[in-house]
Amino acid sequence: MNNKNKYAIEVELVSFSYGQRNVLEDIQLKIPQGSFLGLMGPNGSGKSTLIKCILGLHKPNKGTIKLFGEDVNKFDRWSEVGFVSQKANSFNSGFPATVFEVVSMGLFGKIGLFRFLTRKHKDKVIDAIRQVGMEDYLRQNIGELSGGQQQRVFIARALVSDPKLLILDEPTVGVDAKSVQNFYTMLKKLNVERNMTLVLVTHDIGAMTEYITDVACLNKCLHFHGGTKEFEEKQDDMISSMYGHDVRIITHNHDHDHDHAHDHDNLKGSTHHD
Amino acid sequence: MISVFFEYSFLTYSLYTAIMVGLIAPLLGVFLVVRRLSLISDALSHITLSGIAFSLLLGKHFILFANLNPIYMGMIFSVGGAIFIERLRNVYRYYKELAIPIILSAGIGIGVVFISLADGFNTDLFSYLFGSVVVIRYSDFQLISVITILVLILFFLFYKEWFYLSFDEDQATVSGIPKKILHFIFIVMVALVIAASMRIVGILLVSSLMTLPVAAAMRWAKGFKQMFFYAIIFGELSVIIGLVSSFHLDLFPGGTIVLLNVLILLFSILLTNKR
Repeated sequence: MNNKNKYAIEVELVSFSYGQRNVLEDIQLKIPQGSFLGLMGPNGSGKSTLIKCILGLHKPNKGTIKLFGEDVNKFDRWSEVGFVSQKANSFNSGFPATVFEVVSMGLFGKIGLFRFLTRKHKDKVIDAIRQVGMEDYLRQNIGELSGGQQQRVFIARALVSDPKLLILDEPTVGVDAKSVQNFYTMLKKLNVERNMTLVLVTHDIGAMTEYITDVACLNKCLHFHGGTKEFEEKQDDMISSMYGHDVRIITHNHDHDHDHAHDHDNLKGSTHHD
Repeated sequence: MISVFFEYSFLTYSLYTAIMVGLIAPLLGVFLVVRRLSLISDALSHITLSGIAFSLLLGKHFILFANLNPIYMGMIFSVGGAIFIERLRNVYRYYKELAIPIILSAGIGIGVVFISLADGFNTDLFSYLFGSVVVIRYSDFQLISVITILVLILFFLFYKEWFYLSFDEDQATVSGIPKKILHFIFIVMVALVIAASMRIVGILLVSSLMTLPVAAAMRWAKGFKQMFFYAIIFGELSVIIGLVSSFHLDLFPGGTIVLLNVLILLFSILLTNKR
């Protein structure tokens, strides 16, 4: 592996603001290929915004972002990047589409314009659905499934194009605890067996330290980036520095992290440190 | 009952035209409804009205325009309105739906001014408002055939992209689908279909042909492909039965077609409620 491609994601001094309000300031973050990064931070800390910048959906005011060594504005191998967004935000649950149809969307970018789904593609779709254990629901409308099942379908959609990098923005919001554990196990398997780089945005880093390899803590600026062990040692200092004061919150309050929610006095971040 | 439509060539044309409209209006309507843009068809049909009125006004004053089929001017206005809507949706990024009432009222406003300048309503205008069985000319039939073929080709070419964009715009963009150009093609298609459908259903009711069959289809369909299947069946049923019955009962076809659509929708809701 040459030096240029050592990193899946390189974020260089990136700043971003919505109008007057700065959301990200001078973020510097390099994510090596093959790592499993947990990106944490309180509500309104800019996690989702950073993800949107990395995916090229937002243009940073300052700084550059590279994917696999290539500037994000010029990057065109998008089928190598899988993205699973916050379910509640981007998905209309009444949409009349079957599980098969939803997962096949994951191939559309790769197939390209003016070409159609072939038998081989269909087999891949079914394969991906099998990987997440949803093969019994192929012809079911996505709206009829439970939250956890829907999320598995979206993972299958991200997996079907064989991405090298998978980005998940709070994928477990609204999913019950047992499914969450299975879900993390499945991700870990992808990370280890396929050497897939994973970035998972979460409130709840405590529940997943055993799965991830690295941690990054974000609240406007990057407060920490390092291995999971190092994070566990420094955890207490870091969290109080990041949240601005000493907080001990052990509740599981899964509020949706809208970029606009920006309430420092009323933190709802659920952070485990027992 | 339907046999009379094959005895006179002008009736045959209107029947064929209706069948094409019953196919393409619900076809694009499916995408409009799932993207929560069904009101756009209302806005565009009203701006089509101002184009028709403009053409009638020009025809009064300039001999050159007197023989021009007003549907062309309607199409130009409709496509122009569609482009404006896309622009306005970017101007009001957080209130995207505002674009629709803006274009809708502008369309009516301009239309009313042109109509009064052209000395008010006449029967010709009424046929544009509520549709007509007897006014379909061979040139209408030709034009609508071209639009139908174009819509069908683009539908098959871009089905998967439009499907993905409708389901999840962010994800579709990330996967490299050219969002802007595809939205543009789509909205221009909608504008053309509205202008094409208006001869049969009438401007004021054209949007119902794009949305009501889709609303009924939603009750039955398993999956996205089936949406088209049901929407087109319901669209064709209402258009064909509506057109034939309006001829025999001497009513505007727009009214009978929409009423049939409402009936189909009511039955769909009642019959699927138990499930």
